Amino acid sequence: MTLIVSAENLNKRFGAVTAAQDISVGIERDSVVGLIGTNGAGKTTFINMVTGYLKPDSGRILFDGEDITQLSPREVTRRGVSRSFQIAQLYNTLTVMENIMVALSVVLDNAGRSGFFSFADPVVPGFDQRPHDVANMLLERFQLQAYRDRPAQILPGGVRKLLDIALTLVAKPKVLFLDEPTSGVSAQEKFGMMDMVMDNIRSQGGTVLFVEHDMEVISRFSDRVLAFYDGRIIADGPPERTLNDPDVLKYVVGGQHAKG
Amino acid sequence: MSDSKLSIDQVTMTNPGRDRTVVAVLAIAAVVLLAGLVAPQWAKFLLTIALAKGLVVLGLLPQMRTGLVSFGQALYYCLGAYAAGLAGKWAAVSDLMVMILIGGSVAGLLALLVGVLLSRYRSIFYGLLSLALSMILYGLLVKTEALGSTDGFNVAPYTLFGYRPEQDAVRYVMLSVVTIIAAISSLVVHRHLQTPLGRMTTAIRDNEIRLEYMGASARRVIYVNYVIGAVLAGFGGAIVASAVGHIDPEMAYWTMSGEFVFMAILAGTASVLAPFLGASIFSAIHSFAFDVSPNTWQMILGASLLLVIVFLPEGLWSLFRRARRA
Repeated sequence: MTLIVSAENLNKRFGAVTAAQDISVGIERDSVVGLIGTNGAGKTTFINMVTGYLKPDSGRILFDGEDITQLSPREVTRRGVSRSFQIAQLYNTLTVMENIMVALSVVLDNAGRSGFFSFADPVVPGFDQRPHDVANMLLERFQLQAYRDRPAQILPGGVRKLLDIALTLVAKPKVLFLDEPTSGVSAQEKFGMMDMVMDNIRSQGGTVLFVEHDMEVISRFSDRVLAFYDGRIIADGPPERTLNDPDVLKYVVGGQHAKG
Repeated sequence: MSDSKLSIDQVTMTNPGRDRTVVAVLAIAAVVLLAGLVAPQWAKFLLTIALAKGLVVLGLLPQMRTGLVSFGQALYYCLGAYAAGLAGKWAAVSDLMVMILIGGSVAGLLALLVGVLLSRYRSIFYGLLSLALSMILYGLLVKTEALGSTDGFNVAPYTLFGYRPEQDAVRYVMLSVVTIIAAISSLVVHRHLQTPLGRMTTAIRDNEIRLEYMGASARRVIYVNYVIGAVLAGFGGAIVASAVGHIDPEMAYWTMSGEFVFMAILAGTASVLAPFLGASIFSAIHSFAFDVSPNTWQMILGASLLLVIVFLPEGLWSLFRRARRA
C-alpha cells in the first residue's frame, strides 16, 4: 500500500513541555488508524501539525508526496485533509441545514463555482449532485433530519459531534482526522455512533485517523493503533498487538491515573 | 413545487418556499413609485434622501453579517458625491445615471485598493481603521481650496437620458430613479448573500477558524463585501449630491458614518429591505424630533436607539419575523 501521509522526525516544544519528540510515521492510503494516549501525550499536537494549525520546530510532513509542513490549515484542507474537533466547532447561530450549506459553499467556491453572476446549476464536486440533494443525503445519513431547522447552539452534545463530522465529509477528504469523535457521548451510544460515522466515511472512501480513549472502540474500529506517550509514539501496530504491548499497558491503558 | 423547477432556489436557499424578499422588494418599489405621484414635494425629497442613505446602509449589511462594523462608510459616501459633482463641474456631465455610476465606480475602485489592507483586520480595528480613512478624506477636502474647502460646491441640476425634467417633475423623476436603483441593489445583495461566497458571510461571524479549516478564505469574503459596500455608498453619495444640489466635506465626517451605523442597528440586518426601513425611520424621527425640540433633538434620537437596542436587539425588522411566527 502507498503512503498518503508521511511524518518525518517531527519535533515540537511548548516551553518546557515536549509535545512531539522525533515522530516518524507513515499512514497507508484508506487505512483506519486509532490514536491513543493519555491527555498531554501528543495526539492533538500531532493532528494540529499535520493539519497546518501548528508548525513543527523541525521535521517535515508529506501529503501524497508533497511537502505540506509550512502550509496553512486552509491550504492543507484544499489538498484533501479535513478534521473534526474535540469540542464540536459549528456555526452556532445557523441551523443544521445552513451549517451544511456553508460547508457546501466552501467546496463550490474552491471549485470555482461561486461566481456572482453564475446562475448555472452547480453540481458539488465529488458528489455529482446538487448542493441541496447532498445536504439532504448527509442529514439522512447522520440522522439529523429532525434537527434540520434548529440553530446549532441548542443542539445536544452528541448531535453537535455528528454535525461536526458531517461538515468535514462535505469536502470528500482523502484524509480525515477525528479528534475524540465520541467524547461527551454516553457509553451505550458510542458504538452506534461510531458505526454510523465509519459507515459514512467508508461509503465515500478515504483514510481515517481518530483519537479515542475507549479501548473497545479502538480495537473494534481501527486497523492499526498508534500509542502516544510523552510526545513519542511508543507502540505502533494492529490493535491486538499494540493494546497488549507492555509499555502501552503501563503508560496508556493503565496509566490514566499515573499521568493525569 | 416540483424539484426540477426549483434548481436555483434549491442551490441557494434553505427554505425556498418561505423567501418572499424578491416579491416584497418589487411590491414596495411599485408602491413608492405610485405614492410619489401624489406625495407633496417635501415628502419626495425626504424619501429620496432616505433611500439614498438606505443604499449606504445596504452596503453595511453584508459587513455587519460578517460581524464587522465599518465606522467609515462616509468615506465612500462622500467620495461618490464628490466624484459625481466633479464630473459635472469639470466634464459637464449632467446625466443622473452617469453621475451615479461614476460615484459608485470611483468608490469601488478605491475600495479595491483599501480592501486589501482592511480585510486583514477584525473587530474594533476594522471599525477604527475605516473611520480613520474617512477622516483622512475629510481632512483633505477641508484643506483643498479648489474644491471649496469647508464650503464645498454646488451641483448643477441633472438631466436624464438627454432630457431635463420640468420643474414640477424634478423630484419625482429623481425619486423614481433612486427607487429603481435601490430595488435592483437590494435584489443583487440578496442574491449575493445566497451565493457560496455570501453564505460564508455569517459563518465568519460565527466561527472564522472553522471556516478556514474548511478550506475557505475569510479574507476574500470580507474583501468582496467591503467592495460591494463601497460601491453602494458611492451610489448613495452621488444621488444625495444631485438631490441636494450641494456637497461639502461634512459628508465624510465621522458623525455621518455614525448615522449609517445608527440606521443599520435601528432596523437590523435580517433582510435587504431593513436598511431602507432604518433610513426612513431615522429620517422620520430626525424631522419629528427637530420640529418638537430644535435644541435637544439628538436626545430623542438617542433615546429611540436605546429603546430599540434594549427591546429589539435584532432591530425593528425582527418585529416582522415575530409577526410571521405568531
